[in-house]
Amino acid sequence: MKLLRVFAVCGLLAASGLAYAIVDVELRDVGDEPRFNELSNVLRCMVCQNQSIADSNAELARDFRNQVKEKINAGQTNDEIVDFMVDRYGDYILYKPPFNMATALLWLGPFLLVIIGFIIIFRIFKRQGRGPDEDTTDSEQQARLKAMLDDEGDQS
Amino acid sequence: MKARYLLPIVIFFAMVAVFALVLYQIGQGRNIKDVPSPLIGKAVPQFELPLLLQPDQTFSSEQLKGHVSLVNVWASWCVSCRYEHPLLVEMSQNTDISIIGINYKDERPDALKWLRDMGDPYEASIYDYDGRAAIDWGVYGTPESFIVDQQGIIRYKHTGPISVEKLEAEIMPLIRELRQQGGES
Repeated sequence: MKLLRVFAVCGLLAASGLAYAIVDVELRDVGDEPRFNELSNVLRCMVCQNQSIADSNAELARDFRNQVKEKINAGQTNDEIVDFMVDRYGDYILYKPPFNMATALLWLGPFLLVIIGFIIIFRIFKRQGRGPDEDTTDSEQQARLKAMLDDEGDQS
Repeated sequence: MKARYLLPIVIFFAMVAVFALVLYQIGQGRNIKDVPSPLIGKAVPQFELPLLLQPDQTFSSEQLKGHVSLVNVWASWCVSCRYEHPLLVEMSQNTDISIIGINYKDERPDALKWLRDMGDPYEASIYDYDGRAAIDWGVYGTPESFIVDQQGIIRYKHTGPISVEKLEAEIMPLIRELRQQGGES
């Protein structure tokens, strides 16, 4: 009886699998597995924008994975497959964006911030190094201050 | 006030200004997940697919040439499409713009029921069952709409439901302009 129930569940599961219209593509050559993994990790899932197509369960990511597998089976190179995706979705599909005019700030920004930080630190240290009184009391100012105080004294 | 006291305040207000601007744009209907399409200025991808209503007939990318058209990618399971649909129906009734639908990864009965229930604004409905053609169009979030000119070049793309504001401010003026350029009235 129990066995029968297990069979029934298995049957239902199989049927639910059939309900999916699109059959997942299989790699023809198991040796291509590393290539597939590499590609699906560099391509972004456009729906869930912070996941690669390897991580994502989105329907579109599944379609992308199938396309990648198909193209591997068809003997295309990694570059050809990546170019195919970039032609359709732009650089954004790449998890690691290429360096160009549009992405220059993205790539150089952090270094720029570090440089600005160093400039600020440098200036703070320089100011501290000069000693506390130098800013306000050079001899000329001292003389003016004295004159003003004397002046005050005369008036009262 | 000395510059070093002023600087943080300036930075603070600059940031506030940037955030305010982006929030304002979102309020105006900007989609921050929008990704610029590399297909703009390029020819429509080649395809030949069955029609939704006449499964034995096909529609090819060549048939998009000759007039300006609005190509709309939709599906019956897509919630935002439901939101957008009445506007497309209204457009088809009040203008002579040719609206071509690409039904994306849908079951045919579901799609047909949708058109029966909610109206059919499409001059032709292309049936892209496995979503393969849509990948060629760079589709990632339905509904998506493209403006294709007389030469079959993609001139504009909008991701997400078209709003009335978008339609009036961008889509209609561009269609008018393209029609004039191509000598269409």
